[in-house]
Amino acid sequence: MVTVTMTVNGRQVSKEVEDRRLLVDFLREDLGLTGTHVGCDTSQCGACVVHLDGKAVKSCTVLAAQADGGSVKTIEGLANGADLHPLQAAFKEHHGLQCGFCTPGMIMSGVDLIERHPDGLDEKTVRVELEGNICRCTGYHNIVKAILAAAEEMRGGMRQAAE
Amino acid sequence: MTVEGIGARVARKEDKRFITGKGRYVDDMAVPGMKHAAFVRSPHAHARIGSINAEAAKGMPGVIAVLTGGEMAADGIGNLICGWMIHSKDGSPMNMGAWPALASETVRFVGQAVAVVIADTKGQARDAADAVEVAWEELPAVSDVTSALAEGAPQIHPEAAGNLIYDWEIGSKPEVDAAFQGAAHVCRIELTNNRLVPNAMEPRAALAQYDAADDHFTLWTTSQNPHTARLVLSAFYNVAPEHKLRVIAPDVGGGFGSKIYIYPEEIVCLWASKKTGEPVKWTGDRSEAFLTDAHGRDHVTVAEMAFDANNKILGFKIDTIANFGAYMSLFSSAVPTYLYATLLSGQYDIPLIHCNVRAVYTTTAPVDAYRGAGRPEATYVVERMMETAARELGVSPAELRRTNFIREFPHQTPVIMMYDAGDYDASLNAALAASDYDGFGARKAEAERRGKLRGIGISCYIEACGIAPSKAVGSLGAGVGLWESAEVRVNPVGTIEVLTGSHSHGQGHETTFAQLVASRLGVPLDNISIVHGDTDKVQFGMGTYGSRSGAVGMSAISKAIDKVEAKAKKLAAHLLEASEGDIEIADGEVRVAGTDKKLGWHEVCLAAYTAHNLPDGMEPGLKEGAFYDPTNFTFPAGAYVCEVEIDPDTGHTDIVSFVAADDFGRIINPLIVEGQVHGGIAQGIGQALLEGCVYDEGGQLITATFNDYAMPRAHDLPSFNVSTTETICPSNPLGIKGCGEAGAIGSPPAVMNAITDAIGNNDLSMPATPEKVWRALRAAGGGMREAAE
Repeated sequence: MVTVTMTVNGRQVSKEVEDRRLLVDFLREDLGLTGTHVGCDTSQCGACVVHLDGKAVKSCTVLAAQADGGSVKTIEGLANGADLHPLQAAFKEHHGLQCGFCTPGMIMSGVDLIERHPDGLDEKTVRVELEGNICRCTGYHNIVKAILAAAEEMRGGMRQAAE
Repeated sequence: MTVEGIGARVARKEDKRFITGKGRYVDDMAVPGMKHAAFVRSPHAHARIGSINAEAAKGMPGVIAVLTGGEMAADGIGNLICGWMIHSKDGSPMNMGAWPALASETVRFVGQAVAVVIADTKGQARDAADAVEVAWEELPAVSDVTSALAEGAPQIHPEAAGNLIYDWEIGSKPEVDAAFQGAAHVCRIELTNNRLVPNAMEPRAALAQYDAADDHFTLWTTSQNPHTARLVLSAFYNVAPEHKLRVIAPDVGGGFGSKIYIYPEEIVCLWASKKTGEPVKWTGDRSEAFLTDAHGRDHVTVAEMAFDANNKILGFKIDTIANFGAYMSLFSSAVPTYLYATLLSGQYDIPLIHCNVRAVYTTTAPVDAYRGAGRPEATYVVERMMETAARELGVSPAELRRTNFIREFPHQTPVIMMYDAGDYDASLNAALAASDYDGFGARKAEAERRGKLRGIGISCYIEACGIAPSKAVGSLGAGVGLWESAEVRVNPVGTIEVLTGSHSHGQGHETTFAQLVASRLGVPLDNISIVHGDTDKVQFGMGTYGSRSGAVGMSAISKAIDKVEAKAKKLAAHLLEASEGDIEIADGEVRVAGTDKKLGWHEVCLAAYTAHNLPDGMEPGLKEGAFYDPTNFTFPAGAYVCEVEIDPDTGHTDIVSFVAADDFGRIINPLIVEGQVHGGIAQGIGQALLEGCVYDEGGQLITATFNDYAMPRAHDLPSFNVSTTETICPSNPLGIKGCGEAGAIGSPPAVMNAITDAIGNNDLSMPATPEKVWRALRAAGGGMREAAE
């Protein structure tokens, strides 16, 4: 057993877990943050993507112990209170989700993608960089649309802030 | 069209919980004292079980029980069933082998469960499952239908001699043969329809809780049809009587058919929860999904089509062998018969059709309905045939189709179906225009200058949804009716709850069903809730598959609304001292037409519940239910055009354009309908280019993870150009045809027709991987650089 301490969605948590505890199981089962999903067992599908120290990671491929001392943001921590993150709002507006199972990972990957491309995104870049997230419902059409729309909106927001 | 009603492009009501991580899927559920199940599965495709030694496992940390099939049988738990009886052409019933939830004597596919470990944690259960020792006596395996039917093939079930489940036909072979005698041209094709794994992103899961005090079970399960699950668990598997079993299908992460069936794991969790006295949860991992979810397709077909000198079709002959895997899954028998052969007329006026289907056991996972179920296989045969025949006849593929389109409705095909409405010219013209079909030659020439090969392919599909009148499916062998139920509960304050037997696992029912209510009763969407997926709340329902929730599920709601509306009008007429016929309901008001006399909707609702002033004989309250049994299948149809560009050096195919023009009848929410089409097309392109479930000769599943089975990813697909044409469906009160499966049905032949057009070789099977395309190109003498050298 090992004691892990980390910040999850701005709140410090500390628990004793099995050495082999995966970060995703720690979030889902020990903290009850079930928005992060498990869709495969080979680090392919991306339903488990969270942000660890500001970077998108597949939480099925990180031990809880590896995240010790780190800061984790999950889908539950993305909105600012009642205000949805622009990408969450864009997924709704553009019908970027159907069954919703891949959605938390898609959104967390999408936010990371947008943040890594502050100068803007094109469709091809979005499609190539979504390689690690599988959706079976949407054909990605509206996911891509939502990410491009949110990226545009967030850039607008940043420009306004800069002015 | 109103802002929120029928036809409005409304963003989904259900989205907020999913985009904020608050969805509630089965694996998110936890109950106090919950234990975890892990299954001991066969590593062999075919083996006898000598003995099972669980002593070491039972002593491991946290282990509560190790249970086997022998104990299950002793407790009277029944075998899994197939719910649709098919008779062979000699009149004999299908040959069904026994399928116990936990095998105790023989296993017949890799992954079949033989024992279950119940332990405190998931990890402990898995560790202990690994420690269960099974003495296997291996038997010979057979993975493909040709080998399974061959003389001397391993015998899989004693009930099915030669592994033949049935040998079924539709139509008259002598009549079709006679028609072929007079043909000016006969086109012959051989096709395989590749085996697919549905891969809903949420793996299957079950949580079973037994309450000894009330002798009552609750099952949370990943189901598309919780009431059917309860019925089958109760009536056939003897787990519990229906009134002692509550089945809840909460948020479900996609289904595509794979979550229609009641699988061994659900049965085992229920049984184990009583056996151990503890709540038991099982959540499959992705490899378990690959090994044990019902697979789709897997047909081998030879087809011949006869044409007269004017290119009119004279007759169509089809011979298909369908792989059913090791056991007959719940609706498996209906898929290559009544959901396949009955659609072989396509959009064409074909006077005579004969189709023979042999269903065959192999030592692979069971095969059943996957998005489209039989209709994609039929469309693939018909539309590869039309394109191939056009090339052989030297006419344009569009023209050959137009020459043979059905243009008068209703149209009786020679294979049972009576098409009720359609306009196939309209959808084909729309698709050709949107794809700039006429400009293809210039694009092809431009691609050639860059050293690339361009091809274009058409597919004009038809499908049948709904699924059908219960009496009709009963006469064809179905064990259930295919109606739907609904209850509309108007609260005293005027808000509305709709209880439906349909189940939403991505389709957006909470929005579209509410739009129907909003249109009819003038109530804002926010004041309407859709309740589904819980057998304690909804009395009964047949669930969601076969694109039936609009055409059948919403029709039931519409019928219940009729009754609510009639009662509300009668009450309002009484209160307003007007004639019932003059009352209209709209915009939150109940008015006397042509006057300023009116009541608020909520006032009428409250009056129904205070019951202080009701018309003579009227019961208090405002709640009505309805069952709706469809009068016919519905027939969505459309035209898809795919344009590809192939790199002759690598065989890589790029889909440069994909156009869909669909006729779904009346559309409730275009945003959601487009999403359904996008997803279907992605699955169809996946089938055509990427996905292929592969067993080796020994019955080992080679493609058991997302590393090995190529799921379509964002960069594999283009953005799609989708649009609709509309002929109203006359067979249900809302005019809806259904849109859930069309994309997956229509797209594979469009892609394959485009690729074979580009490479000039028709001998290419799905998935058209770069290697296969490269080889087919070389075989056809293609490959521009080689040619140039």
